[in-house]
Amino acid sequence: MAVQKVLGIETEYGVSVVQQPDANPITASSVLINAYLSAIAGRVDWDFIDESPGNDARGFSVDGSPSIELETHLVNAVLTNGARLYVDHAHPEYSSPECISPLEAVRYDKAGEYIMRRAMSNVKRVSSPPQEIVVYKNNSDRKGNSYGCHENYLMDRAVPFSKIVSGVIPFFVTRQIVVGAGKVGTEFAGRDTRPVPFQISQRADFFEEEVGLETTLKRPIVNTRDEPHSDGHRYRRLHVIIGDANLSETSTWLKLGMTATILSMIEDGFVNGMNLSLAHPVHALRDVSWDPTLKERLMLSDGRKMRAIEIQVEYFERATKYAEAVGYGFLGREEEGPLLFAEWRRVLELLEDDPAKLSDTLDWVAKRELVAGYADRHGLAPDDARLAAIDLQYHDVRSAKSLFGRLPMRTLLKEEEVISATTEPPTDTRAYFRGTCLSRFPKSVAAANWDSLIFDLGQDPLRRVPMMDPLRGTKKHVGELFERVQSAAELVEALGS
Amino acid sequence: MAEREQVKRGSSEREEEVEEAREPKADRSEKLKAELDDILDEIDEVLEDNAEEFVRNYVQKGGE
Repeated sequence: MAVQKVLGIETEYGVSVVQQPDANPITASSVLINAYLSAIAGRVDWDFIDESPGNDARGFSVDGSPSIELETHLVNAVLTNGARLYVDHAHPEYSSPECISPLEAVRYDKAGEYIMRRAMSNVKRVSSPPQEIVVYKNNSDRKGNSYGCHENYLMDRAVPFSKIVSGVIPFFVTRQIVVGAGKVGTEFAGRDTRPVPFQISQRADFFEEEVGLETTLKRPIVNTRDEPHSDGHRYRRLHVIIGDANLSETSTWLKLGMTATILSMIEDGFVNGMNLSLAHPVHALRDVSWDPTLKERLMLSDGRKMRAIEIQVEYFERATKYAEAVGYGFLGREEEGPLLFAEWRRVLELLEDDPAKLSDTLDWVAKRELVAGYADRHGLAPDDARLAAIDLQYHDVRSAKSLFGRLPMRTLLKEEEVISATTEPPTDTRAYFRGTCLSRFPKSVAAANWDSLIFDLGQDPLRRVPMMDPLRGTKKHVGELFERVQSAAELVEALGS
Repeated sequence: MAEREQVKRGSSEREEEVEEAREPKADRSEKLKAELDDILDEIDEVLEDNAEEFVRNYVQKGGE
């Protein structure tokens, strides 16, 4: 039975220091995040006790791996909007708070960009000697190094993992035609002699397996990291690593909405009998990405051949039937469903008709039109460095330098809605409880985690408040309580923990 | 939330909406091309000065 698709996005940003190509990226990331934190009050540190990235959804555990993250996390904070802002390995990372609607999750993802912009301008203002740190919302440095933009979806633990894998692989391999962020050239390390002037996805070059626990080596299409950050008997959190970091609001909206829909359908047995199993999913991933004309036909396990767009249309048609049968509750807010499905339909129709007509809608198309237009105008060869530079600068998060920001892209959100999301938590998940505790009682919150808060009430011991259900701790549940209590001690007492 | 007019309508009007969307498609393509031309006219002002150096120096190690 499909559970509410609580969802969120974690983004590792590329980081560089202007005029200092050899600068240490860990230091730069720390400076950047501290510059943001120093500008806001009530910083609270992250608590690692429940982190277990070595647990595998297939039911085993990799020895020692939890410590990897422990050692490399340097700066960690949780914000009043319920998000986590930290240094992960050598990147600044923003993990959005839990949301139940895809559009709400877009708002919090965009808030992350706004937070990065504020961090960058703070560094510029206060650093001495003057320093400029720049972040890029992309997924590769064009030299074979990739970093992730991971999505998370709450799922029913009772659904066998193998069923998720078989149901979602054809979808994941082909959804890039909607949600890819585009890339000039290729970084594929294997043997392939095809020329790739432009490809649909940032990430396709880096995937080597169908299923696995890794995120940095031998990356799998379906990642098996099993850290539910909730009641693990009821829920699993599907950790999706195959996506690109998107700047287009529509790309992110569709990425989350389409995926939440397909996962709900898998939970409800609604993809049964679709028979879209691919003969060679890992190869197909690149075949799709390397063909922006969308003509490439993929071999299915049953011998048929289908284009990526045809596979996506089959999923969409099945999704339409699913929504007719169960409504749109799986997308969090009933009223959002029809809007999302209408846009989903429009995008698939235009991809079949002429992708160029989506240059104001999808990242990969917008970037391709920009790159192709510039190359035409100046008569540049596909491998000209100026085209690679345009690719990188598309993702520059600074307003003045962002090429994405100069394009007339369709938007879904008003700027003030994004700005409010930098400080206000979502109201309909436990992020509301987390964020509100931090804004109301910052001095009493000793540490925070996805599924608990630890209070220091001035007396031993510290009090831990578990939040094992992502759908509890909402404004509806605790909003009135927050109005009633004057202190963290009163809050904890009222909660009876 | 701000929503665009064309996706705001109910599903009963969907067919009609698709028809409407089809008609101005040719115009839409031209409009998008014209906008791109305007951006290309000015893009050199904002592009990094030395593309080759910029691309070479952008190195990211570690992640995920």
